[in-house]
Amino acid sequence: MKYLPLVLGALFRKKWRTFLALLSLMLAFLLLGLGQAVNSLVEGGAEFLGVDRLITQARTSFTQPLPLRLLPRIEAVPGVKRVGWSQFFGGVYQDPRNFFPQFAVDPTRLYDTYPEWILDPDAKRDFVATRNGAIAGRLLAEKYGWKVGDTIPLNSIIWQKRDGGNAWEWKLVGIFDGRDEAWQKRTTIMYLNFAHFDESRVPGAAGLAGVFVVRLSDPQAVDEVAARIDAQFENSPDETKTQSEQEFQIGFLRQIGDIAFIINAILGAAFFSILILTGFIMNQSVRERVPEFGVLKCLGFTDRTVLGLVLGEALALCLLGALLGIALAFAVTALLPADYPARIDGRVLVIAAISAVTLAVVVGLPPAWRAMHLKIVDALAGR
Amino acid sequence: MSALIEIRGLTKVYERGAQRIEVLHGIDLDIPEGDFVALMGPSGSGKTTLLNLIGGLDTLTDGSLKIDGERIDALSGAALAAWRANTVGFIFQSYNLMPVLNAQRNVELPLLLADMSARERATRAQVALELVGLSDRASHKPNELSGGQQQRVAIARALVSDPRILICDEPTGDLDRKTADEILRMLQSLNRDHGKTIVMVTHDPKAAEYARRTVHLDKGTLVDEAVH
Repeated sequence: MKYLPLVLGALFRKKWRTFLALLSLMLAFLLLGLGQAVNSLVEGGAEFLGVDRLITQARTSFTQPLPLRLLPRIEAVPGVKRVGWSQFFGGVYQDPRNFFPQFAVDPTRLYDTYPEWILDPDAKRDFVATRNGAIAGRLLAEKYGWKVGDTIPLNSIIWQKRDGGNAWEWKLVGIFDGRDEAWQKRTTIMYLNFAHFDESRVPGAAGLAGVFVVRLSDPQAVDEVAARIDAQFENSPDETKTQSEQEFQIGFLRQIGDIAFIINAILGAAFFSILILTGFIMNQSVRERVPEFGVLKCLGFTDRTVLGLVLGEALALCLLGALLGIALAFAVTALLPADYPARIDGRVLVIAAISAVTLAVVVGLPPAWRAMHLKIVDALAGR
Repeated sequence: MSALIEIRGLTKVYERGAQRIEVLHGIDLDIPEGDFVALMGPSGSGKTTLLNLIGGLDTLTDGSLKIDGERIDALSGAALAAWRANTVGFIFQSYNLMPVLNAQRNVELPLLLADMSARERATRAQVALELVGLSDRASHKPNELSGGQQQRVAIARALVSDPRILICDEPTGDLDRKTADEILRMLQSLNRDHGKTIVMVTHDPKAAEYARRTVHLDKGTLVDEAVH
């Protein structure tokens, strides 16, 4: 601590240069924080999902539908408690920007496969009884100001009706909520009655579902039951791939690209740029102060102390930049709306601290080494 | 007076690529404790090299250099650094203060190496600044001080750890006559009243008059010695 005034004094000797270096470091660590937040959105978005649910999709791709006739055979697999199915509808509400997930499901099976949703008994009955019925999550209904009884027009970007149109009308018969905070945050989706969807869409697609949702009687038996289901359809025209709901969700989100790779590539590029910039600044700073290091050595500062002082400067710079960047990332993610639950957790602080220290050593060591090995008489002469 | 600094057969050779430059040839010199020696000579005579060797800033090529009976030319880098911190104070022509630190912090610098509390460091720095008449400029940075004031801060820094030897390299070279005389009187007082042994390089015969004796060098050898 006694060297702190010396370290900070040297660091802020050229205020603009230090400010620009800090700004660059801050941006790099802001990216690190936001990148981790996006990762958490992908990884953490599935963390809350039930561990007693499997998703069975076509082996080739989840965009390839499976025939509903597979249902009894899946239900007959030991360890399976209940099976539902779901078809992604892909509708937009009024404007292409108003996109939210909608799934056509069998209402009688929805509550058994997703007991996490809370819906009053009358609405449950109405959803089963109303052919063009739909239920919406609470956050979604609040966002668009929907009430039970409203007609919700949706234009599907995937499914055509038999009359060739894409405009579908759904009657809102209920608004559901989540049983806990995690599920309540996810009430931004909508369920549609599959029966009406199936009979109204183009005939060629009838009787097909996107995925089967399989609820297990024993959550410990995830791998065994998944293997048994896939074994049922091995070497058939409808081969399946069954995985836990978490894995399916992460895989779904990663269809848009390997997010971790993209984030890491961006971070890598940012850190490399910062490395060069900060290294240049540190080198320049040491070069300008060669006589001062000579004086310090005259006064009795050992070579190692001088090495420590320069590394201390690099460390102070990188840690300060990291602190500002991560603080800003926390502030940005805290301002995100509830339907973008990207959050920074404690891991990012550890990653940022390790990155800052590594960066400080990499950029600080070459000039520190140079300062350490300066000969006093040469340094005093500015050589 | 016993010899505090004992130099025997001191030779210094610089090698620049294939070129070999012998700067000092077999110097023999004794400097007793409490002496004030001015080293004079033309440019390139080796006076600054000799001063650097006495101050433990450079390594000699041949001969021996004892200070208070200890061969400092045999000390390792870290031991020599510790020896400098405890034994020698340096005063340079261009003051060599840290521009980012105020006078108080500059004077405290050598004390950072001692096992000392922040309060004790501050107190000792204040005493040193008072000794050079600058206690009211403690919070000023070097660029807020005149050349004479900066040199006085440098003297306070050299004195703060109470070294036995002061090494002065053209301490008045950048100062006007009046300020130079003030600084030289201060050095003389440190020698006479506080018993500091001072070795000073100077080109200025008037500055040399403040010393107890003057040693002349030419082409790397001692050529003359005068006691004032």
